[in-house]
Amino acid sequence: MAENEIRLPDTSKLVVSSSPHYHDSIDVRKVMLLVIVALLPACASGVVIFGLRALFVLAVCAVSCMAFEALFTKMMDRPASTRDCSALLTGILLGMNLSVGTPWWVCVIGALLAIGIGKMIYGGLGYNPFNPALVGRVGLLIAFPGTMTTWLKPIPGDFSYGTAASDALTTATPLGLLGMTKAWDPSEVMRAGDHAISYLDCFWGNVGGCIGETSAFALLIGGIFLIVLRLIRWQVPVCYIGTVTIITGITHIANPETYAPPMFHILVGGLFIGAFFMATDMVTSPMSARGAVIFGVGCGLVTCVIRLWGSYPEGVSFAILFMNALTPLIDRYTAGRPFGVARSIEAKA
Amino acid sequence: MPDHIFFRGGVHPDDGKSLSCDVAIQSAPLLETYVVPLQQHIGAPPKPVVKKKDAVLRGQLLAEPGGFVSAAIHAPTSGTVKDVSECLGLSGTMIPAVTIVADGEDTAAEPLPVIENWQEADPDVLKQRVTEAGVVGMGGAAFPTSVKLSPPPAKSINVLILNGVECEPCLTADHRLMLEDPEKILIGAQIIARILGVSEIHVGIEANKPDAIALMTEKASGTPVTVSELRVRYPQGAEKQLIYAITGRKVPTGGLPMDVGAVVQNVGTAVAVAEAVLEGKSLYERITTVTGSPVVAPGNWRLRVGTPYSEALKLAGGVKMDPAKLISGGPMMGISVYSLDIPVMKNTSGILLLAADEVSQYTSESCIRCGRCVDACPMSMMPGTLSVQIENERFDLAEDWHALDCIECGCCAYACPSHRPLVQHMRRAKGEIMAKRKAAQAKK
Repeated sequence: MAENEIRLPDTSKLVVSSSPHYHDSIDVRKVMLLVIVALLPACASGVVIFGLRALFVLAVCAVSCMAFEALFTKMMDRPASTRDCSALLTGILLGMNLSVGTPWWVCVIGALLAIGIGKMIYGGLGYNPFNPALVGRVGLLIAFPGTMTTWLKPIPGDFSYGTAASDALTTATPLGLLGMTKAWDPSEVMRAGDHAISYLDCFWGNVGGCIGETSAFALLIGGIFLIVLRLIRWQVPVCYIGTVTIITGITHIANPETYAPPMFHILVGGLFIGAFFMATDMVTSPMSARGAVIFGVGCGLVTCVIRLWGSYPEGVSFAILFMNALTPLIDRYTAGRPFGVARSIEAKA
Repeated sequence: MPDHIFFRGGVHPDDGKSLSCDVAIQSAPLLETYVVPLQQHIGAPPKPVVKKKDAVLRGQLLAEPGGFVSAAIHAPTSGTVKDVSECLGLSGTMIPAVTIVADGEDTAAEPLPVIENWQEADPDVLKQRVTEAGVVGMGGAAFPTSVKLSPPPAKSINVLILNGVECEPCLTADHRLMLEDPEKILIGAQIIARILGVSEIHVGIEANKPDAIALMTEKASGTPVTVSELRVRYPQGAEKQLIYAITGRKVPTGGLPMDVGAVVQNVGTAVAVAEAVLEGKSLYERITTVTGSPVVAPGNWRLRVGTPYSEALKLAGGVKMDPAKLISGGPMMGISVYSLDIPVMKNTSGILLLAADEVSQYTSESCIRCGRCVDACPMSMMPGTLSVQIENERFDLAEDWHALDCIECGCCAYACPSHRPLVQHMRRAKGEIMAKRKAAQAKK
């Protein structure tokens, strides 16, 4: 080509496609990895509080979820989907929802339930009506009630701890104690094994419970990270925790002898991990901001009903699964009015 | 500056305007051949009035409107009609076209009589001139302007909005026009206002063009025109969103701007109207941005209708590397094409080249229901839900969920992490729903 000759494009290399020709740099894998990053503080605090065995439980859950995903896609003769990291996320969430003493084979069964029954049976990512990690957790809770409610005493900083679980170190969670005593007596309920705990202990995570649920602080960091990145809707955690605060506030004022104050209900148990990471699961929660408000309030209501009057001490998992079932309905009635559609014809359902 | 209302939704892609926004409009040397498509607008195809071997002059009528919703086509230069046949159109099909071999003289035809005293001219005379000059909407849709200026008597129009938003990334033709020819825009606006009988005139400009806003505001003082600075958010320049931002009125679903008493015209259209009235000039050239990272010297040119894209690219120095995409218009709503033989038309606002690393090809995955499309949709629709319904061919549901309201701006597809072809889905549903309605009507 001559020096001064003007070069024109080689049209044989042109891609022809429909508009838009620009695309945001986001993809599913990136979304999933960012949520995993947001979970890291809570995972780290779980390891600090419950020792290296917590890491083992998380790893077994993560690896087996990935493996089951690969296996099921192969069985279903579908393209491999482990690359999108959604199974990794489910595995980590499942592990965070288990006690540090959970045997490895229980973790594997949980992963099978989460990925197999919770997700792949419906057609994989995007089609599952229920949060897969919660399906795994609740399945295990029903199948192995003893294992799933045996909690180890928190010993922050002792990393070797947890590897040799012994009965002497088991404890009950404050919610479990409240469920047993059926009365709000802080000296009886606010305990981790033989010593009393404060709300501050609960905030930092120095309390018995699942690996990833105890540290409200670490969960809050991850949750705010996701809200700032607009990967989850703030309406879900705010409405969820807000509803729990209001309802437990009312019952506590009405009968302080029986019902625990809102601070207790917010800081103990799985409310934070549920509100920030489980209820906000994109696939199983409503698509619009308005829907997210209803979803969050609904989760709060059901959680309170179970915690205050149900037979299980903890209600977060069931509440979220219950609201998952209502998501299509919520979506339908919050679809909203497109720009320029008059109010009067909105009634058409 | 009044507080403007902002539509909800929208996205903010990298605007890429710095490549060409500071390059003044240049004129193009005469070519040897022009291929002038006859169908350059929405509506009925015009009827050619020339035949092979006819001599034509610049501005001479080549084809007359083929109906009420149609537009006249004029010769871009003087020469001989080589052929009345076909050329490649944007959609990849052959469209009727007149090929003119220039004689190099560029002799102008007798211009239409100048209407000097437009302030007192009969609105119908002015409108007649807009029709004669073949003016169409130059923002991209190419809707015949005379039709927009003929609202049915039942609709009372009380506001004219000039669209100087240019929210489409990479395009700077309107921006340059506002900087270089503000007086003509303002006169054109007042002529259109006279035709419509309205006294309220606004020019909406996105805040990313402060120089244009300042200049237009300065020039507009003493005229009935108000300049409005609008938030930088794609698609601020979409008709419904623009009317809402400036007047707070919402065009009803299935309706037109005139249903809320508004008419929107592109700033380029205003210039074409002013030139038709004041200079008797018919519309045979326009400002086009030739840009993109592979282009050697991006800029803005005054191109005659019928200039092949290859010639336009040569003006910009050609390319540094082979592009992966050639787009007529901008990156959000433009049409990607595969040939450089396509000619510039009255609505070619830009010729955009994208490099290989700017063009991503994706495999569509399943919807993860993240809701980003819902947040991005300026029409407050549920693109994700609709897309699943459409995949399942439930066009009845899609109709209930207002698929017809989609303006195809592309915000949803831009935002979708699963790379779903949401705009294509919408187009499919709109086609199916309209076909069904047509069939139902035919049965009656």
